[in-house]
Amino acid sequence: MTVMEQRGAYRPTPPPAWQPRTDPAPLLPDAEPYRVLGTGAADKVDPELLRRLYAELVRGRRYNTQATALTKQGRLAVYPSSTGQEACEIAAALALEERDWLFPSYRDTLAVVARGLAPASALTLLRGDWHTGYDPREHHIAPLSTPLATQLPHAVGLAHAARLKGDGVVALAMVGDGGTSEGDFHEALNFAAVWQAPVVFLVQNNGFAISVPLAKQTAAPSLAHKAVGYGMPGRLVDGNDAAAMHEVLSEAVARAREGGGPTLVEAVTYRMEAHTNADDATRYRQDTDVDAWRDHDPILLMERELTERGLLDDDLKRQAADDAEAMAADLREHMNQEPVLDPMDLFTHVYAEQTSQLREQAAQLRAELEVASEEEVASGEAEEETR
Amino acid sequence: MSTVAAKPVTKSATKPATMAQALGRALRDSMAEDPSVHVLGEDVGALGGVFRVTDGLAAEFGEDRCTDTPLAEAGILGTAVGMAMYGLRPVVEMQFDAFAYPAFEQLISHVARMRNRTRGAMPLPITVRVPYGGGIGGVEHHSDSSEAYYIATPGLHVVTPATVSDAYGLLRASIASDDPVVFLEPKRLYWSKADWNPDAPQTVEPIGRAVVRRPGRSATLITYGPSVPVCLEAAEAARAEGWDLEVVDLRSLVPFDDETVAASVWRTGRAVVVHESGGFGGPGGEIAARVTERCFHHLEAPVLRVAGFDIPYPPPMLEKHHLPGVDRILDAVARLQWEADS
Repeated sequence: MTVMEQRGAYRPTPPPAWQPRTDPAPLLPDAEPYRVLGTGAADKVDPELLRRLYAELVRGRRYNTQATALTKQGRLAVYPSSTGQEACEIAAALALEERDWLFPSYRDTLAVVARGLAPASALTLLRGDWHTGYDPREHHIAPLSTPLATQLPHAVGLAHAARLKGDGVVALAMVGDGGTSEGDFHEALNFAAVWQAPVVFLVQNNGFAISVPLAKQTAAPSLAHKAVGYGMPGRLVDGNDAAAMHEVLSEAVARAREGGGPTLVEAVTYRMEAHTNADDATRYRQDTDVDAWRDHDPILLMERELTERGLLDDDLKRQAADDAEAMAADLREHMNQEPVLDPMDLFTHVYAEQTSQLREQAAQLRAELEVASEEEVASGEAEEETR
Repeated sequence: MSTVAAKPVTKSATKPATMAQALGRALRDSMAEDPSVHVLGEDVGALGGVFRVTDGLAAEFGEDRCTDTPLAEAGILGTAVGMAMYGLRPVVEMQFDAFAYPAFEQLISHVARMRNRTRGAMPLPITVRVPYGGGIGGVEHHSDSSEAYYIATPGLHVVTPATVSDAYGLLRASIASDDPVVFLEPKRLYWSKADWNPDAPQTVEPIGRAVVRRPGRSATLITYGPSVPVCLEAAEAARAEGWDLEVVDLRSLVPFDDETVAASVWRTGRAVVVHESGGFGGPGGEIAARVTERCFHHLEAPVLRVAGFDIPYPPPMLEKHHLPGVDRILDAVARLQWEADS
């Protein structure tokens, strides 16, 4: 029998005292998505804000239907519609001040437009004539990100830089439910919490990552729960309730601006259309599921509230509809114009200064273009002669 | 060429310095000169980096300028993108070559193309420091030569120094560049020494110019980074065979200095490309093709490659068989069909 085997002879040294770094309780989200419309909380909301949200929702819906129509006319290569999710998009834009930054995902053209970018400019990427289509620094809007969740660390880095500068700028980054499975989502939230960066993460949980439902995406009680593990509060909100979205995002933005650190907001919503015009949603979901969400449409919820409080008069309705139509007409007009593109642009913005390799390739393309244009002139003259 | 840190040269201050020290000095001088330069990465603060390149930066400039990050390479580079979008000049450290792979999506999908996709509105002045290559007895994932991945990505500059003074000059130029630079640091040259006076006016090398390290008439060895000293050694050894080898140090893979390389091969008529990374799909294939396109009528022999084998980087006890050494280079030179010339 060794010393270790003699009972009582060995006294284990207790480990150093351990305690959690943060009390998790205040970080946990509500059990139910937070709602304002149709509840007592709505009474406290400024009527003018409700009217503005209504008009923006109507405009946003019109934008979605117009852009979808443009894909059918071949004027737009692809459009991922946010119909049904307009409340999230509008609230994300309105919660920010002009100096703040928005980091949208590919489905968030509507948030970009609601933030003030020209409706046609927001579709440049999806039209396919150039990539971003606007100067991010001028509008404080990052390029629409196609890779999932990769724009989230950018938002954290920018917010971190702004915090170091002390200028009170906040970044709001948008991602879908599928994007929360990506590694960049995890790394962004972790960096943000460690650095206490003034950033707000908005997850639009619209039920599907193309065809894969949320149940196959995560085993977490909610996506808002993911915040707790990083040490930041998670908020669960009804994503179709524009007033609730506006309140929760505005609070999170204010908290970030005051040095309170990041917040993760999960908006529970639903994608009424297919993933894009190229997708067939009937293969993975039932019409009855979609119909169940029709009664919870963000515009309908707002109309009910406004009607209940006597705030929805004919003037507001007409004004909102007219504004939306004007925007749609403007969008159609811009999209019907053939873009004027300079092929030599291909080599202009790869580096600050062209490498000799790119100069050679640019010369090659220039020569090809000259031959093509000479041939065009020659064929025009030949046509002229035959007449 | 421009000079910086115009302090008086004092002879006594010139003493042996390592490449790691020169790199550290370049970071320090860049940070002192430009408050927008920020260093971030894993262990870059109190520890000074696992290779001590960032030694003293956190103490001198504070943790906000030299920041220990969470251990996440995509996060390190991804947050650097946001910092650069806001006007900072981040210099990120990837610690080891193979550790940079999680950051590839950020590098390729965002860093390399932000200028292009925004039509020049948003250049990203980010320097990504990647210690790379073998020869230090590192275990798996600590010795990769990953340059082929970087040079295949338009929008990135790819730079690699081989001398102490180039380490300083090229890193200064990389940090000052308005475009993203992948700065590959040859790990096994970190402790190589040269007489170097950090207080003397330093040459800041423009990115994209190769240099003839050793003039010669018989054949050109085209190389870069960790293989430069090996090629110089091979050139010395070749004298016994009667071969007078020229050694061209590329210093920059992107942009590629076709002019210097072609001028050398026009003179010598023979060329061997030497690098550690695998030959198949490696930089040597591109370089050999470029040389052939420009110098075909001056060539006395096919352009040969001496590269690492096309294998995952071997365990340390076997790496000496993988790395191109003097003998393998001389064997290649011997295969340059000398009889055709005599």
